[in-house]
Amino acid sequence: MHSETVAQLKEGLRARRYSAVELARSLLARIERAQPELNAFISIETEQALAAAAEADRRLAAGNAPPLTGVPIAHKDIFCAAGSRTTCGSRMLANFVSPYDATVVARLRAAGAVVLGKTNMDEFAMGSSNENSYFGPVRNPWDLTRVPGGSSGGSAAAVAARLVPAATATDTGGSIRQPAALCGVTGLKPTYGRVSRYGMIAFASSLDQAGVLARSAEDVALLLGAMAGFDARDSTSVERAVPDYVAGLNQPLRGLRIGLLKEFFDAGLDPNIEVLLRTALEQLRAQGAVLQEVSLPNLPLSVPTYYVVAPAECSSNLARFDGVRFGHRCENPRDLKDLYERSRGEGFGPEVKRRIMTGTYVLSAGYYDAYYLKAQRVRALIAADFARAFETVDVLISPTTPTAAFELGAKTSDPVTMYLNDIYTIGANLAGLPAISIPCGFVNALPAGLQIVGPHFAEERLLNVAHRYQQESDWHQRAPEAYR
Amino acid sequence: MSLNRADIENIAHLARLALSDAEVPVYAESLSRIIALVGELDHAATAGITPMSHPLPGLSQRLRADEATETDQRELYQRNAPQVMAGLYMVPRVIE
Amino acid sequence: MAWETVIGLEIHAQLATHSKIFSSSSTTFGAVPNAQANLVDLGYPGVLPVLNGAAVRMAVMFGLAIGAQIAPRSVFARKNYFYPDLPKGYQISQYELPIVAGGHMDIVLEDGSARRIGITRAHLEEDAGKSLHEGLPGLSGIDLNRAGTPLIEIVSEPDMRTAKEAVAYMKKIHTLVRYLRICDGNMQEGSFRCDANVSVRQVGAEKLGTRAEIKNINSFRYVEKAINFEVARQIEVLEGGGKVVQETRLYDPDRGETRSMRSKEEANDYRYFPDPDLLPVELDAEFISGLAAQLPELPDQKAQRFASQYGLSPYDASVLTASTELADYYEQVVRELGGEPKLAANWVAGDLSGFLNRDGLEIGHSRIAPAALAALLARVRDNTISGKIAKDVFEAMWQDQQSADAIIAARGLQQITDDGPIKAAIAAVMAANPGQLADYRAGKDKLFGFFVGQAMKATQGKANPARLNELLKQLLGG
Repeated sequence: MHSETVAQLKEGLRARRYSAVELARSLLARIERAQPELNAFISIETEQALAAAAEADRRLAAGNAPPLTGVPIAHKDIFCAAGSRTTCGSRMLANFVSPYDATVVARLRAAGAVVLGKTNMDEFAMGSSNENSYFGPVRNPWDLTRVPGGSSGGSAAAVAARLVPAATATDTGGSIRQPAALCGVTGLKPTYGRVSRYGMIAFASSLDQAGVLARSAEDVALLLGAMAGFDARDSTSVERAVPDYVAGLNQPLRGLRIGLLKEFFDAGLDPNIEVLLRTALEQLRAQGAVLQEVSLPNLPLSVPTYYVVAPAECSSNLARFDGVRFGHRCENPRDLKDLYERSRGEGFGPEVKRRIMTGTYVLSAGYYDAYYLKAQRVRALIAADFARAFETVDVLISPTTPTAAFELGAKTSDPVTMYLNDIYTIGANLAGLPAISIPCGFVNALPAGLQIVGPHFAEERLLNVAHRYQQESDWHQRAPEAYR
Repeated sequence: MSLNRADIENIAHLARLALSDAEVPVYAESLSRIIALVGELDHAATAGITPMSHPLPGLSQRLRADEATETDQRELYQRNAPQVMAGLYMVPRVIE
Repeated sequence: MAWETVIGLEIHAQLATHSKIFSSSSTTFGAVPNAQANLVDLGYPGVLPVLNGAAVRMAVMFGLAIGAQIAPRSVFARKNYFYPDLPKGYQISQYELPIVAGGHMDIVLEDGSARRIGITRAHLEEDAGKSLHEGLPGLSGIDLNRAGTPLIEIVSEPDMRTAKEAVAYMKKIHTLVRYLRICDGNMQEGSFRCDANVSVRQVGAEKLGTRAEIKNINSFRYVEKAINFEVARQIEVLEGGGKVVQETRLYDPDRGETRSMRSKEEANDYRYFPDPDLLPVELDAEFISGLAAQLPELPDQKAQRFASQYGLSPYDASVLTASTELADYYEQVVRELGGEPKLAANWVAGDLSGFLNRDGLEIGHSRIAPAALAALLARVRDNTISGKIAKDVFEAMWQDQQSADAIIAARGLQQITDDGPIKAAIAAVMAANPGQLADYRAGKDKLFGFFVGQAMKATQGKANPARLNELLKQLLGG
């Protein structure tokens, strides 16, 4: 059961090859066994899961059950779930029980999915290695001495280790795609505004998007279909019909125009990954795609741009964590100032504090124009570069990350070194574009990912290309030895 | 552009973050590196470019109908509160 | 040294919407603490703001009424600072691109002078919650019911030069927002609040002096007192060789003075930036003209009509049009009376308003209805009673809820207009005061007033004053 995809599980449940309760029990047992070494979960919600699975079985028996009934999933612990501890990977919310459901959570619940627990993550979604969690680092199932990527490391590891067939996640600068690449799974960040942000604890409001990690493009399509769509509670949610993402998966790729991002095949890229990428491109060419090189000259400025905009927005978004209405409060505050400073000083980890301070600085009097406004102008240039590229190509392809998974502790001494991991992924967030990472091979037995970026609302196209590639390759079906 | 002790203390105060004496120089160093990274933006030619606050162009704010639909759920919402008295959130005395 | 005062006012008016500006919580005043604070108002993790269309429409109506430009595109910005009544740690406001820019308000003072006060801008923002300190040792209690209530912040140019001008401007804005039905103007409940920026400079100086901001003044009387105190204070500081500190101050009505607010010692760096959770508000010409068509008769239009239709001075017209309710009351009195607009104006603006103020009543709760007042004024017009006696009748009507005629009859207050009784009274007074009579006839003209008073007393104040005067002149003259 654990190696079945969402698509297969749907079929298995409907055919009553197993019940939802059996399925849930089996995966919960795997989760418990894996927890000491992977630490992929923050909360394992056994009771609630079994109750939901029992309900799923009742609905399956009755007929007319919603599309994902009985399918086990996990939520990144950034999504508020009613009655569920929602920590965002932080001491600040270590004991926070959400009184409400995020829209994503409510929609997947309505679709019948059974939630097994909340996955580990970099604190407040800030990180590229899942080493910044208050609840300890997550380890890569392919090599326990290495990171799974971040910030959605727990979700990616859980999917890669076959603990759940799919998990929700979020992506602000690459936090779905980068862990997908490092863990050998498929991860999609939708177009900005495609999926509601209501109930998703905010990091950088103009960059955050909710998405999916699973083991195939088809599975991603199934979950995205349940999650996506306009939400009146989110002013940045777009009023646009949600297509059937599964229907277009098998479209032939003949005539597909693929752009290769010149700026990303640079010195920083591991040459082994480049080889894997070129091989994958040949496979796509064999299916009828046409390749051309494109240049997005402002793209190299993505990382500096992001490290102005994201910290600025997060410094403001995290101001609500003040020990007054919820969250961590220090003991015996002397006065109001002490309440704020110590509650926040104790509640937030170092990376979060770094980003809050960076954001405070770039917004402060005298620096706003030089940093924030400047960054938003460069952002416009980057978005324009992408728009221009999409006039001549249908999708852009690049490596997802410059290297495969690195060792725990290898990049923690200098924050900037860590930030450079996101060099290929950040552009899509700045421009609000949809992007997917799919496994394309191995480097020294570690997974490598290929990223496909499309114009706004081109999720169908991305899933189609990914699916057609996955029909002709099996990288996405490989499992880490210990978790087969 | 590197940040010194006074800069960090000022920023930490604006952000209401308690930093120990030992932490200040550590953050000064890492923030200086980040600001140096960010300094690369200086090279970009952005004259005449409108700053982009939202990634999808051409969208405008939807207006909601003026209806009071929320109900009193104080008890539920205050379950996470560190200190509540008579329905009020308690904090150390605010001096005006 | 001749000093000039420079005053600018920032007025915060709560918009009279049913729900809050960014959430669907109720805005009703007086609920139990935190019963009207939902997840969005509380700034819970993961929540997002959604803009109330009624707040936008009200702001546009205000902008149109003051002759301002309505921004076709306006932006919400975050004003970042930490305070317990500010749940998100930032206030959603508008900064560089407000919804309303420019505009003016014309004021008329008691002495008849008129001034045009410029308005810099008006923008939408959310209100903060409240801190309660009573009976809580070492602690404050935060109530967030008010957090998220829509406000319009109206910023004037520093065009006012006296406290009286400031009060007149504040009253005019108060009148306007009530005419437009966008704010109930209830200052006790905090629906209408005023901050005054006050500075002084030497007459003829071009640069503005350093200003102090007096925050949250919630009555017209206090505004005048606070400004006057502050001006005197600043002049004293400067004449003593000191400098005025740019700071925030509070007016203490018990002591009649302004004092510095301890908690705001340092200037805040608000780090404004456009709120990424909200998109730009875009209003097209059709939207705006649709609202323009819905504007009611505005205070200035009504005042001008009153001045020309009823022959009133601009000042009197402005007093009577201070609210639509008062203006309607006045017009009803004139209709019932079938004329005498000036007489009606004196009584409505004078006695009636005085009694309403004394008893803390709005015109809608007046204890004398327009028809009843008109009936009283009819008795003045037809000389049944003098104007002086009418004041007593008015008070009795207010107290006892009886008609003018009933009171006049019950107390026998009819004016004496027949010569007979008046002459008799005069004769009696002359006989009783031979000395004064002789002095008067010898040339002491001032004694005339003495005889008027005595004769009036002898008739229990009921003698027709004009006739009494005529007859006295005749009879005293000898």
